[in-house]
Amino acid sequence: MVEIFGIPSQALFGQLLLGLINGSFYALLSLGLAVIFGMLNIINFSHGAQYMMGAFVAYFLLQYFGLNYWVALLVAPIVVGCFGIAIERLFLQWLYKLDHLYGLLLTFGVALIVEGLFRNQFGSSGQPYQMPDQLVGGQNLGFMFLPNYRAWVIALSLGVCLTTWFIIERTKLGSYLRAATENPTLVRAFGINVPRMITLTYGFGVGLAGLAGVMAAPIYNVSPQMGAELIIVVFAVVVIGGMGSIMGAIVTGFGLGVVEGLTKVFFPEASNTVIFIIMAIVLLIRPAGLFGRRG
Amino acid sequence: MVDITRPTHTKTSRSEAIAFVLMVGFFMVAPAFIYPVFLMKMLCFALFACAFNLLIGYVGLLSFGHALYFGWASYLTAHSAKVWGFPPELAILTGAATAALFGLVAGSLAIRRQGIYFAMITLALAQMMFFFALQAKFTGGEDGIQAVPRGWLFGFINLQDQTNMYITVLVIFLAGFLLIYRIINSPFGEVLKAIRENEARAISLGYKTERYKLVAFVLSATLAGVAGGTKAIVLQIASLTDVNWPMSGEVVLMALVGGLGTVFGPVVGAFVIIAMQNYLAQVGTWVTVIQGVVFVICVLLFRRGIVGELANLLRIKL
Repeated sequence: MVEIFGIPSQALFGQLLLGLINGSFYALLSLGLAVIFGMLNIINFSHGAQYMMGAFVAYFLLQYFGLNYWVALLVAPIVVGCFGIAIERLFLQWLYKLDHLYGLLLTFGVALIVEGLFRNQFGSSGQPYQMPDQLVGGQNLGFMFLPNYRAWVIALSLGVCLTTWFIIERTKLGSYLRAATENPTLVRAFGINVPRMITLTYGFGVGLAGLAGVMAAPIYNVSPQMGAELIIVVFAVVVIGGMGSIMGAIVTGFGLGVVEGLTKVFFPEASNTVIFIIMAIVLLIRPAGLFGRRG
Repeated sequence: MVDITRPTHTKTSRSEAIAFVLMVGFFMVAPAFIYPVFLMKMLCFALFACAFNLLIGYVGLLSFGHALYFGWASYLTAHSAKVWGFPPELAILTGAATAALFGLVAGSLAIRRQGIYFAMITLALAQMMFFFALQAKFTGGEDGIQAVPRGWLFGFINLQDQTNMYITVLVIFLAGFLLIYRIINSPFGEVLKAIRENEARAISLGYKTERYKLVAFVLSATLAGVAGGTKAIVLQIASLTDVNWPMSGEVVLMALVGGLGTVFGPVVGAFVIIAMQNYLAQVGTWVTVIQGVVFVICVLLFRRGIVGELANLLRIKL
């Protein structure tokens, strides 16, 4: 068997792949956080709960309506996004004039409610979710075995991330968004409905979390706690990358996933904490974050 | 315009003095009709919430990771009392010193970013230390450190005695409370408030605001540590619950419910939240949902908190 740095190549590439999978979720979630923060100036603490909701919607669709993964991939983000829009209309819209902290506290409260309700209903144990038939099995690449579903998750996540980047940075709609981030009053004066744009942006960001949840369902069990700890790691990812740049969020997300995967191979005790340690180092060397602007 | 280079020493207002006397009076008679262990737990959390409020209420910094100082102090207190055989006062000091040290490290990292990032950094660092607590041998993992001896205070006061224990906890709480009161009404505290109101202006006036923020952070962490250590002695247990993120959320909720930036708010908030957990214990997991609802209601309709609303209604300072 081939060995690299004294580690069997199978194990090394296997963990690298797992790292890329985790990185896909970090990227999707931190991208959503960055999009929401850019427009609403709010850190969406309920992002983890909304990711969990995405997974549960997929589970319900299969369980009660017999609708498969592919339908869920389309429907769940819309359902979760609509939930987000309701939250924005009901609660968040009253907070824009206040300190950012209140948005964080409110979404934290929403996360507690959602996660508490799901835990009451489903307990703490996870529900398994069937992998779609088309993606069962895998490819033998010679140096490693690549399960089809994992390849699909990485490809889809990359595709969604790059599309989002393209929409925001390269289209007319995106230019409206960026302009409204810089100066909402002026953009409103041009006759653009900024409040509606804010609502839809929140819905979109939350929808991304829902999508990530559907993608995660066949890999991890569908459980009420699946988002709670993930969101704290994603916060660290966001601190490392800085929320100023969309591409920055994507690159940081994937990169840190890979670093975490490698840590599992070489120094497994630190695999839970490596991202936080990197965050501390980045704060020492580049306080504004890798892609952030000072301030 | 107020000349902040020579801070005005705010005198203790009469309303604050009356409220303080009422509070002390309440805690003196309360053991007669409220279960003492519950009261002691509540006092520990009240001190914890006051320490947290020192940051959010007077410097404008939201720490979402205060469980780190509370929880680790309770581990070190429990470990030093149980394994090293420290007397309770030394054990609590060990815990507080640990919290101060962690506060210094975490604080100097977190103040490198402003606003919302500050909250995320403190939360992430606390989560990292949660994983260390989970993996470290001495914390006992899921079991925690149980059967912590209460011991003899200063070698001659038996803390197994409930009355002695209660008086000790009350003295610790009042000392911490008065220290915080002194801090926020000192020239140092005036600078902290100036940073809260307008950091750029404080910098332009020549204040090294980062240093002020760091000192405030360490003070807050240390007092949170005193609270955590005392809790470990009172309840004779240190566990993962104290160091995990929901605890960080709980202390935010206590301060918010009572009133951010009020002197007495965190005490009232701690009382309300601990009582709620106690009486809602039957409904089990619904507590999380209710806490979430309280968060949402407070943020939307009730941002001044109980004490803040009361002070506003009566037009007094509390």
